[in-house]
Amino acid sequence: MTKEYGTIVNTVVLPYRWALGQTWTRFFDGLKEEKIYGTRCGTCGKVFVPAKTFCPDCYSDLDDWMDVSQEGTLKSWTLVRKSHFGQVRQPPYALGLIRLDGTDCEFIHFLGGVDWSDMQNAREKLKAGARVKAAWSKEKHADIHDISCFEPLKS
Amino acid sequence: MGRAVAVIGTGQTRHGRRNDVSYPDLVREAVRMALEDAGITPKDIEGVVSGTMPSMMEGISDTHLYFAEALCEVGKPVLKVESCGSTGQSIAHCGFYWVASGMADLVLVVGMEKMFEGDGQATMSTVADPWFLKPFSAGAPGVFTMQAMEWMHRFNIPEDKAHEAAAFISVTHHDSALDNPYAHIKIKIGMDEAKNAPIITYPVRLLDVCPTSDGACAVILASEEMAKKIGRKPAWIRGLGFRGEEFFYGESNKSIWPSATEAAKHAYEQAGIRDPLKELDVAEIYNPFTYQEMIFYECFGFCPRGKAPDYVLEGKFNRTGELPCDPSGGVLCTNPIGASGLIRLAEATLQVTGKAGARQIEGAELALSHAMGGIDQFNGVTIVGAKL
Repeated sequence: MTKEYGTIVNTVVLPYRWALGQTWTRFFDGLKEEKIYGTRCGTCGKVFVPAKTFCPDCYSDLDDWMDVSQEGTLKSWTLVRKSHFGQVRQPPYALGLIRLDGTDCEFIHFLGGVDWSDMQNAREKLKAGARVKAAWSKEKHADIHDISCFEPLKS
Repeated sequence: MGRAVAVIGTGQTRHGRRNDVSYPDLVREAVRMALEDAGITPKDIEGVVSGTMPSMMEGISDTHLYFAEALCEVGKPVLKVESCGSTGQSIAHCGFYWVASGMADLVLVVGMEKMFEGDGQATMSTVADPWFLKPFSAGAPGVFTMQAMEWMHRFNIPEDKAHEAAAFISVTHHDSALDNPYAHIKIKIGMDEAKNAPIITYPVRLLDVCPTSDGACAVILASEEMAKKIGRKPAWIRGLGFRGEEFFYGESNKSIWPSATEAAKHAYEQAGIRDPLKELDVAEIYNPFTYQEMIFYECFGFCPRGKAPDYVLEGKFNRTGELPCDPSGGVLCTNPIGASGLIRLAEATLQVTGKAGARQIEGAELALSHAMGGIDQFNGVTIVGAKL
């Protein structure tokens, strides 16, 4: 018989209060007003969303604020089937990588408005390249969940 | 590249659930084997580099404190390096710089993880910020699957073909692990089993995904003078590259993955490799996901972009193929994260020194080892050869 060795059980709980700073506070305040803010680089012209304080390419300050489009193109997606500790939603739920119109990077969020029990139909609606639009939560708390999800645009 | 650096000893634990040893004892198991392999004693070691994924995984933040004796680091200079999954390559590179700079002749490099002690996926969710990325992390598979879907779309790869190739990788890797005495998951599976395994994150299935493992790996690096003095057959570090990407997942194109591509290119330049498919004899790629393995084949120049599934299904990367990849069974079958990237280097070393046992690729003289970390953010490559 294999010997069972002892273990010690202990749970680590650590409180944090993270500072969002000026840029991300303004971004999240924007979500509360149903606006998605990006910042544009005056040097290289790129538009970043969520808004950034500085350009990752040329390191210059970004102070050109833009109310970016709430519609975009789906670059990739996945349907999450498995549960993990700390998940915000219960599976099944979908994640999408979305290029909002007029921006130069992908925005990550939940995908909705699709019936997952009909996978064939879901696959047709959620092809990469599909057009999607932000759907807003009724209750808002100036956080990323003020956007409920992105849904396929009716064609 | 500074002074020449050799890998003169490697050691790794039996990987899996290791409740039979405390964490320091697990670390010692790998270190002792590496010391014996190199034919040296703890007193010979001049400096120690170590790392885990993040220390959050251990639940004990100062692993230096916890592992001090097991790492033979009492009274010596010590360095700790962490870069998530790429930790194993980062610590190897750090050890390389130490010896190449001339500041030490004999350095011990150790990576470790004991993932059954905590909740691996919960720990991984702490890798990212909690307000933009963490809500969408879905454990490791979420973002890695989106990367795979982006890649399939970008190169018009039919989902069926990618699915078939992914299953083929799963079957061949699980077969290889049966020949590796240290491997964690040792099961014989068939194509139907791999293709019909439960979906984790669509279209990635259970057998496309690595396990969580307990395990440690140790590697001993020596200067040319020291390697010759000790006299064991070394593997010479011929090239290395490491690249990072932006914090926001959506800011770089993961279907062509700049950090993986550039890290390999940098290592190839140093090693003088122009045609990796022909010149490399074996590769140990960090592949926690079968689909990601295919993206690496393309980034490392083993095949044209978008063609990896075809090459896989032709058997080019099998153990009998043109460039055998992961004859150890790879990360897909064994993943103690902080050790995994260093295990790749240890396995590459075993291959070019002819010590890989049942998983030996005959006549291997030039091998690539690799690791990936963060949310697709970091990639590191080290190339070792039988000749300097």
